[in-house]
Amino acid sequence: MAELFSLTGHDLLRRIERGEVASSSILDSVFARIDRVDTKVNAVVKVNRQQSDIAPKTGRLAGIPVLVKDNICVKGEETTCSSRILEGFRPPYDATVVKKLKDEGALLIGKANMDEFAFGSSCETSCYGPTRNPWDLERIPGGSSGGSAAAVAADETIMALGSDTGGSIRQPAALCGVVGLKPTYGRVSRYGLIAFASSLDQIGPITKDVEDAALLLGVIAGYDEMDSTSVDVPVPDYTRSLQKDVKGLRIGVPREYFVKGIDPEVEEAVRRGIEVLKELGAKVSEIHLPHTEYAVSTYYIIGPAEASSNLARFDGVQYGYRDKDADNIIDMYVRTRSKGFGAEAKRRILLGTYCLSSGYYDAYYLKALKVRTKIKEDFDEAFRSCDCIITPTSPTPAFKIGEKTGDPLSMYLSDVYTIPANLAGLPAISVPCGFSSEGLPIGLQIMAKPFDEETIFRVAYTFEQATDWHKRKPML
Amino acid sequence: MPLIDKRIVKHVALLSRLELNDRELELYSSQLASIIGYISKLNEIDTTNVPPTSHAASNLKNVFRKDVLRQSLDIKDVLSNAPARYDNFFKVPQVIEGK
Repeated sequence: MAELFSLTGHDLLRRIERGEVASSSILDSVFARIDRVDTKVNAVVKVNRQQSDIAPKTGRLAGIPVLVKDNICVKGEETTCSSRILEGFRPPYDATVVKKLKDEGALLIGKANMDEFAFGSSCETSCYGPTRNPWDLERIPGGSSGGSAAAVAADETIMALGSDTGGSIRQPAALCGVVGLKPTYGRVSRYGLIAFASSLDQIGPITKDVEDAALLLGVIAGYDEMDSTSVDVPVPDYTRSLQKDVKGLRIGVPREYFVKGIDPEVEEAVRRGIEVLKELGAKVSEIHLPHTEYAVSTYYIIGPAEASSNLARFDGVQYGYRDKDADNIIDMYVRTRSKGFGAEAKRRILLGTYCLSSGYYDAYYLKALKVRTKIKEDFDEAFRSCDCIITPTSPTPAFKIGEKTGDPLSMYLSDVYTIPANLAGLPAISVPCGFSSEGLPIGLQIMAKPFDEETIFRVAYTFEQATDWHKRKPML
Repeated sequence: MPLIDKRIVKHVALLSRLELNDRELELYSSQLASIIGYISKLNEIDTTNVPPTSHAASNLKNVFRKDVLRQSLDIKDVLSNAPARYDNFFKVPQVIEGK
């Protein structure tokens, strides 16, 4: 029989239900796997071996281990955003998604590594050191939810939660060969998610297959009075969308996503993936998203601007690190922040503060908000003629550790295909669609209209059932 | 004229409550200059009469909770993360100059 750690959540739930497996054996299996491989992968920053007996034995995820990104608050468990400035912070409350997981019987096994404050596309800016890609330990897993994606790929957990501000769930999912979904803006409560850019952030599932993603989203989605940006739209039973059927479905393929900079092997794998859906009866047509080339610029104004404001709260007063040598309060703020934040966090705070500062606000921040309107209108127009949009998730497979750290701009450009969905608030998934000649996973992205996760699940499930990319495992 | 130079980065660092050493100042000035050079590409687009989009959610409205008494976080829990405290307060270095 396959090792328990290698199975999906829905498979394990059926085995638990049939009495074949106890959740304690699943836990033992997962902890043993973490002990065996995490010294190589460095995906898990904290393991919670003290699983309380009060976890309900019933619920949609009863007995299933879930790893949570380290920017999501778990009551009493150190939550640091992989930043020195939050060292020792133990939240006095659970994030809404964590409460929902606990209520459904999920077992919170620990915290996943990430880029500091989710600033990065490679998981290299963590104060715990870089996470490594399970498919090639010399390469990055993607970011910022690199720990969550690498842990799922390496079977160190059954499911994981990540957060996505510009691609931070989908890009690492693609680079690690797993499934990652960024829900519609407003679909999942962010209460208890330590904020990066509040008009873009969403929490979402990272899983071994599409069915688990549907299961996990169903648990965490829904209106929450504690998050004023969560939207009161009923949560459908997403597992009902898992149908092998794309007949007549209209797929748009934007010309602007297949241009200079895309790796030929990525393009080939994604185009072959689109062919698979076409053969199953989908109608494929080329579409235009003319403002695509401006998305990265727009994002790298809005994201850092909001981040510089959100990160003002880290000042050494209420929680985390404080420099003890200061003799007045301004000095205390400055020393605490200068020592507590890493290099990328400082870079984004400086960039954001610059874009918001007097004399530059209109030229950068306001301009970016207006271009955001144009980008959103591109999608509104496109969705008049198609039901979903398919693109690559990332222009290249995983790059080498250290390859882009000296050139932040080239790092930022690796988010080119994922950023537009955040700017427009759309749901988008990455599913495995092939491997490069070097054996590195490639992801295919499916975007849909706001609150139409059901179409995404239907297309992704149909694709997954017709292929077996998601079943491959890295050798560790 | 460069869009950003060391003088401006120094000013922005002050606004951000960050202190940069000479090496950082040099590094960030050149990196930010290249990033801002790239993002200035937005000027190619005519945005006259285009309204700004500050978030993508439609039909959000301000939310007020009912004005009823309810349980808050326990003050001990809230203060348990404070780097320094005094009674039920966060303790900080001197704010106002003088005796």
